[in-house]
Amino acid sequence: MSQQNTQIKNQAESQTELRSDLNIIQNWVADKSQVLDLGCGQGDLLAHLKTQKQCKGYGLEIHEDSIVSCVEKGLNVIEHNLNDGLAHFKDNAMDTVIMTQALQAVSRPDVLLDDMLRVGKEAIITFPNFGYWRTRFYLLTKGKMPMSKTLPFNWYDTPNIHMCTFRDFEKLCREKNLTILNRTVVDKNHQKSLSTSLFPNLLGEIAVYRVTK
Amino acid sequence: MPQHIPSDSVGIVTPQVAKFDTPLELRSGKVLSSYEIVYETYGELNANKSNAVLICHALSGHHHAAGFHEGDKKPGWWDSCIGPGKAIDTNRFFVLCLNNLGGCHGSTGPTSINPQTNKPYGSDFPMVRVRDWVESQARLADYLGIEKFAAVIGGSLGGMQALRWSFQYPDRLSYCGVIASAPKLSAQNIAFNEVARNAIMKDPEFHDGHYMEKNAIPKTGLMTARMLAHLTYLSDDAMGEKFGRDLKTDEIKYGYKPEFQVESYLHYQGEKFSTTFDANTYLLMTKALDYFDPAQYSDNDLAKCLAPANSKFFVVSFTTDWRFSPERSEEIVDALVEADKDVTYACIESEKGHDAFLIPIPRYVKIFTAYMNRVAKELNL
Repeated sequence: MSQQNTQIKNQAESQTELRSDLNIIQNWVADKSQVLDLGCGQGDLLAHLKTQKQCKGYGLEIHEDSIVSCVEKGLNVIEHNLNDGLAHFKDNAMDTVIMTQALQAVSRPDVLLDDMLRVGKEAIITFPNFGYWRTRFYLLTKGKMPMSKTLPFNWYDTPNIHMCTFRDFEKLCREKNLTILNRTVVDKNHQKSLSTSLFPNLLGEIAVYRVTK
Repeated sequence: MPQHIPSDSVGIVTPQVAKFDTPLELRSGKVLSSYEIVYETYGELNANKSNAVLICHALSGHHHAAGFHEGDKKPGWWDSCIGPGKAIDTNRFFVLCLNNLGGCHGSTGPTSINPQTNKPYGSDFPMVRVRDWVESQARLADYLGIEKFAAVIGGSLGGMQALRWSFQYPDRLSYCGVIASAPKLSAQNIAFNEVARNAIMKDPEFHDGHYMEKNAIPKTGLMTARMLAHLTYLSDDAMGEKFGRDLKTDEIKYGYKPEFQVESYLHYQGEKFSTTFDANTYLLMTKALDYFDPAQYSDNDLAKCLAPANSKFFVVSFTTDWRFSPERSEEIVDALVEADKDVTYACIESEKGHDAFLIPIPRYVKIFTAYMNRVAKELNL
């Protein structure tokens, strides 16, 4: 994952106590489980899982300052580029492998998804929904690659090289015969609402999935 | 002595000597009936003796890790990381560094007098392995009244000692720092060491390792060994940047004496080393490196080998280190994760090769400092 993207994540994380998509995630993680957080940023989720749920966690991160932040929080952080895959980890080494807002930024999301479910019994993934109505409207009316608070980059310098919609992701899960255990969507403020629940692919800005093999 | 001792230096330091009369049975089966260990300390040991950090030295290292010896212009070998306000902050930690057995800087080694013959040991000094060093370091800790180290830290061969500590004495350290190291040498590493040893042992002045008795020194061999080793500690980029193809003079001379700056530098390094280091110690240290492979006693399963460890781990590698590459450090990290141990790992961008671990690279210093702050915080120091 690019440093740019990590910085965006870090900014988002530092703004709130625990982002509500992270709050959703922590409800899906069992107490005392073994967790691997891919692109763990400054480690807010890991720190929360460690103190509140007594989880044993490792975070993978590439950005220097984020790694230092994790060290300061007393977390296990391992410098690693997600594009290099998870070959370092053994099959079923973890209970849950989490990846927030990084799926769209890796070179082969499909391969990484396989790897996540090889290493973990479950995977929790969040990503920005390219089917969100504002994104569709932007492309329709301006005829240009959409930019927004969630997607602040130009087409030529964006780390988000594999944008997808909810439907795309669910199609991938079907092709891989994965079971979707939970699915929820939140808006750009990471809040759930009735409208996003009714029309997720149109009104949901960020997707949160929990899948297993 | 430097005109001005920097404020972040531990200042003037004086080595101390500890004498041991309890025989030390070595891995080889041989026994050292008595021995001395020379060591230095920086900072103050606190009342409950919980703030001690052991620094393990590398192949050519010694006990003088920080501060200045009276009259010296250069500080100890890891002064960049040890001192008040530095990564290993002597305002909080009591730092201990010793010269390993078999060394040539004061601890009992090949240049010491063999009590049985009243002559220097020379090549009769028994081979010492990493586990023997750890054992002798634990005895030094006993001597100083330190039951448990806050951390045991080392780079390169020193990292191997720190790693060994974690499962040899799992209850005697809280944190383990393994920097620019490896769980065992590769065939290429061993090969480099063998070329170095061959250069020393084929030197006509070697006299089967008893050169001291003949008032001789296998200087050429030691010099060649060091030249070879030294270049493996640097990266291609670092050498290119430092020397390029620069000549010592304006034009080539069609001769075989050193003409390129890099040749001249290697000769200087070799020359300097050959007058301060003992050839038998060099042989012994390289053998200790070659033999180190603790996982071999655990079905070649490093995770199984590290399973008894109770400490938390800090592992660091450097991008252009090809002697102990990042992949070697990652083998350690992977095994630690597999063994359910707490571990933090950073791979530092640097063009300095293996030597980078001794250099105050800002990012390295930053994460090292952050980790040691964590150690102090978690141990309430």
